[in-house]
Amino acid sequence: MSKMWQPEYEAMPREQIRKDQGEKLCRQVKRMYENVELFRKRMDEKGLKPEDIKGVEDLHKLPFSYKQDLRDYYPYGLFAVPMSEIRRVHASSGTTGKQIVVGYTDNDLEMWADCFARMLTAIGSDENSFVQDAYGLGLFTGGFGAHDGAIRIGATVIPISAGNTARQIQTMIDFGATVLCCTPSYAMYLGEAIEEMGVKDKLKLKAGIFGAEPWTEEMRHQIEEKLGLKAYDIYGLSEIMGPGVSYECEYQCGMHVCEDNFIPEIIDPDTGEVLPEGAQGELVFTTITKEGFPLIRYRTRDICSLNYEPCKCGRTHVRMNKPQGRTDDMLIIRGVNVFPSQIEEVLLNVGGEITPNYQIVVDRKNNTDTFEVNVEMSEAMFSDGVKGIEKIEKLITEKLRSTLGIAPKVNLVNPKSIERSEGKAKRVIDKRKLH
Amino acid sequence: MFIKQLSIFVENKPGRLHSIMDALSENGVDISALSIADTTDFGILRIIVSDIDKAREVLREIGVISKVTNVIAVYIDHKIGGLAAVLDHISDAGIGIEYMYAFLGRTEGKALMVLKADDEEMAAEVLSANGVKLASMEEI
Ligand SMILES: [Zn+2]
Repeated sequence: MSKMWQPEYEAMPREQIRKDQGEKLCRQVKRMYENVELFRKRMDEKGLKPEDIKGVEDLHKLPFSYKQDLRDYYPYGLFAVPMSEIRRVHASSGTTGKQIVVGYTDNDLEMWADCFARMLTAIGSDENSFVQDAYGLGLFTGGFGAHDGAIRIGATVIPISAGNTARQIQTMIDFGATVLCCTPSYAMYLGEAIEEMGVKDKLKLKAGIFGAEPWTEEMRHQIEEKLGLKAYDIYGLSEIMGPGVSYECEYQCGMHVCEDNFIPEIIDPDTGEVLPEGAQGELVFTTITKEGFPLIRYRTRDICSLNYEPCKCGRTHVRMNKPQGRTDDMLIIRGVNVFPSQIEEVLLNVGGEITPNYQIVVDRKNNTDTFEVNVEMSEAMFSDGVKGIEKIEKLITEKLRSTLGIAPKVNLVNPKSIERSEGKAKRVIDKRKLH
Repeated sequence: MFIKQLSIFVENKPGRLHSIMDALSENGVDISALSIADTTDFGILRIIVSDIDKAREVLREIGVISKVTNVIAVYIDHKIGGLAAVLDHISDAGIGIEYMYAFLGRTEGKALMVLKADDEEMAAEVLSANGVKLASMEEI
């Protein structure tokens, strides 16, 4: 069995986990019914009283909560304690609209530090580790999540925050960083700079904790190669807590959810029904110990599945797989779920200098969905022979068919011809909505 | 010995070919030979032009991919079997032909044939050795 930070929770037998969750859930529902106006209103609408909830088996009866709630009750309308008990706030702007704000009590911050400490312990860190915290230290939850977690295990924290790449790398070398925490895209950037400077052999990095944005297996390999470390995935969202809601153990076979604090469910995003074990659907979280900013059945809009099989590491906490996409992004084409991120991953892996610049065009003709993928051509992909280009088209089509389960029509298009707004390419054109 | 040909990727969208030709002529690029290989999904436009660097620059500006390819151009005699004789020399030497197309040359109004062989160097050598005159860039 591997080393654990809190084995009494991390390896708790499953029946006991359920019992513990049930007790915490009942307390949480009662507390929120008394203190959070929106929650009380939604319970009343459903004709539910706190005493109707007797355990985890009643979780599905409770009303959902949504990101929009945080905007509607901005800034402190959903907090469940007086502000005098709130020790820290964090905020996230997101890509759309108003920022959201969340708050933590002393106990919440303790709990968060323990969750992050579990991950650090799982990947082999301890008081002898040097943790370079290159997440942004500020309103964003990443920086302080890693900071508090590293202090909790007694490691030495290097709170450098994000940015200033040259200084970042110099510090990594001089201070002897063994663990790096940052976003995967910044890790890639650092890796490229380290490669250019030719200083990889001066690094002491053993492990990296990368989260807060989606990344592919291909990126994981590249980061590991360029930085000479083992790259671990962490999951979290500020609405629920921040990084550490779930994390990969040393076996990297899904992310263990800290179930003594968060109950995950997988639901059908359209009907709201809870799906059977192992099914893919929308991830929903209930915070059962959080005091400052608790949420019941929060719709994350992330698509993934849960695995309750025992893990080789000895932890009994359920594992969630890396979210396959967002409910907002998911396309259903001829009955098959397709995520733009899957197409990007195929294009990155197919080889042959193929660009990952693509656009999905879906339409409906004669009651059947049409599915086309436009891929931008590059100089390197172009040859004077018709056969060479046809071969590339076939290769892409075949790889997409085997990954997605349906074959798109692949069109090669001119470079930079895919519509971009504010530098970001428009990845999906769904004309079915127009009919 | 070789003629520099420009191979251009043409998307399968209405008006693409037209916009390429327009851009070239507006910028004073003279086209002396032209051929197009077409599939249902895309096309490859092959042209021989007065100013190849200028042509590439114009194409890059309108976001079109092009590549310079070496080809051979030979004069075709008016007598019967003129073309067959040229092709025989090449196939006898075991060289494959990827594509060819004809056009009217500038000098004496003679017809020229553009050949793309899988081995350019060897094709040029074989033809010269058999007394076939290769057109130079200036003659086109
Ligand atoms: Zn595990």
